[in-house]
Amino acid sequence: MSAKIRVENLYKVFGPDPDEGMRLLEQGFDKEAIFEKTGNTVGVRDASFEIEEGEIFVVMGLSGSGKSTIVRMLNRLIDATSGRVLIGDRDVNSMSRNELIDLRRRDMSMVFQSFALMPHKTVLQNAAFGLEVAGVDQASREERAMKALDQVGLKANARSYPDELSGGMQQRVGLARALAVDPSIMLMDEAFSALDPLIRTEMQDELVALQREHRRTIVFISHDLDEAMRIGDRIAIMQGGAVVQVGTPEEIVSNPANEYVRSFFYGVDVTRVYNAADIADRRQVTVLERPGVSMRSALERLHASNRDLAVVLDRDQHYLGTVTAESLAAQIDGDGEPRYADAFVNDLEPVEAATPLADVVARSAANWYPLPVVDDQGQYLGSITRAAVLRTLDRSGEE
Amino acid sequence: MATNFRELIQIPVGAWVESGVDWVQNNLAGPLDAFAAGVGFLADALEGLLLFLPDWILAPLIIAFAWWRVGWRFGVFATIAMVLIAAMGLWRETMQTLALVIGASIIALAAGLPLGIAMARRDGVATVVRPVLDFMQTMPPFVYLIPAAIFFGLGKVPGTIATVIFAMPPAVRLTNLGIRQVSQENVEAGLAFGCTSRQLLYKVQIPLAMPSIMAGINQTIMLALSMVVIASMIGAGGLGNTVLTGIQRLDVGLGFEGGLGVVFLAILLDRMTQSFGLRRRRD
Repeated sequence: MSAKIRVENLYKVFGPDPDEGMRLLEQGFDKEAIFEKTGNTVGVRDASFEIEEGEIFVVMGLSGSGKSTIVRMLNRLIDATSGRVLIGDRDVNSMSRNELIDLRRRDMSMVFQSFALMPHKTVLQNAAFGLEVAGVDQASREERAMKALDQVGLKANARSYPDELSGGMQQRVGLARALAVDPSIMLMDEAFSALDPLIRTEMQDELVALQREHRRTIVFISHDLDEAMRIGDRIAIMQGGAVVQVGTPEEIVSNPANEYVRSFFYGVDVTRVYNAADIADRRQVTVLERPGVSMRSALERLHASNRDLAVVLDRDQHYLGTVTAESLAAQIDGDGEPRYADAFVNDLEPVEAATPLADVVARSAANWYPLPVVDDQGQYLGSITRAAVLRTLDRSGEE
Repeated sequence: MATNFRELIQIPVGAWVESGVDWVQNNLAGPLDAFAAGVGFLADALEGLLLFLPDWILAPLIIAFAWWRVGWRFGVFATIAMVLIAAMGLWRETMQTLALVIGASIIALAAGLPLGIAMARRDGVATVVRPVLDFMQTMPPFVYLIPAAIFFGLGKVPGTIATVIFAMPPAVRLTNLGIRQVSQENVEAGLAFGCTSRQLLYKVQIPLAMPSIMAGINQTIMLALSMVVIASMIGAGGLGNTVLTGIQRLDVGLGFEGGLGVVFLAILLDRMTQSFGLRRRRD
């Protein structure tokens, strides 16, 4: 992966004399002092981060933290006061008017909080808006818009007008309008914030699903930590115009940079932040099933390490089953050739790495044994003990 | 001790305006004549057209239009209005007034809509134009009649021009207001998808400002109608003339008939132009 968007020392000062504001910032005055002295408002202060190609990058912060300003500086709806925004190796801030229009038509599209659809245009015409502006002829722009509407499940409503649709459907039109131009970058400004919670979750899942099919670089603005955690590959947290932390959801939850970041987690549901792979560990005894190595030696290893059970893998680390000291002993002492398969504990299906913790909790409660975790190839990653589940759940109540 | 202020300081505003008007008359006669010829041509053409068609063709056309745009009840009203106007013997005067209203409105909108757009897009233009509009709207309409008559003599041309000046402000104001009221996010959406500033105007701002622009057009037409009556004092003719004659002869009946004609025309124009302000789709 490489950086698709690089933001370097980006500043935005609003007001009568931005340069004066910049000068005071350099002298170390804070936002409030600068406003009092000059009437200038510091919107964004020295923001630097990189957005990788194909990731969902969430910019999170409370209102007034500068997140909407920052996203508008990426496509230059707002001009930066200082600093650089690099898309690939081109600096947005030094583009000519025509270059900028080209960039907006080809590479970047945007989804808005209040949908910002054109009420006098049909759903299809709205979805085709970006293509219309770019001068694509009617037949092919409607074909492409129809494809985009199909992706968001609104093909049947193509001839309706926006005010005949529910909020969720209107935002699907907004999404289709952004998808229709087939951009490599999508900016989403609080795109789901105006929707009610159920629809919001549905749209989040849909965005992630769309992203699975076609990896675009998505910059998503949100004030909702649950949303950020749910869809973000990485999250930047903003406070008072500055970026205070950038990291994966797990990094931010487990190691918040300051009290402000920590304060977001009151009431956050950690079972949605972590998945099975995050809390699995490899402390279980593992034995490989291969010809010539007897089950007796496995039993001896269990006794020696004072453990009750072992995870059985094949030579390629694929998970086969879990055995206990008891079931092993029973097989060895029993009639006929001892086989691991006959010693496996019943009803212990492995969980997939991506399973959310919420589902793991239920499985863990129903099973005495540690839950084995496998990746999508069936390879063993580790096990989840009840203790690990409880420890993780307990962390949310730590503060 | 001076007994009043006027004895201390005298500012001859009236004299200045007079000399200004004189100057214009002496130095800009050519352009003024050309302008007058253009306005005259438009006014004559419209009046010729409306009077060329006999009432038994034009009245059903107007009634059908009212029915189609507004509804059958309004169609019934239009029928009654047309029959009464014709029966009062005021058909010719009504059509003359209608021609003046249409002509003045066309000129007022042709100048006013672009001016409103320019105001919305440039704060500088708005700062300059707004006080001029205030002046135009608050100056008593009779005052326009004097310079109009001096520059253009008597008749339809000065009548139309005085009407244009009086009727233009709402179209300018409401166009400006409508465009400025288009939501910030809609404008941002236009820009974010790569609109040039021309595309932003035609594909986003004007369509979304349409209800407000249509209200401005409606107001301009209504003001034009009220001014056309006043303009009959400088010989613009039409229903205003009927009312004026009624006043001069203290003929209550004649004055009322002329007034009723104006009222019918006002209601018809108002409802029919308003019907274009409502968003129409799929009918």
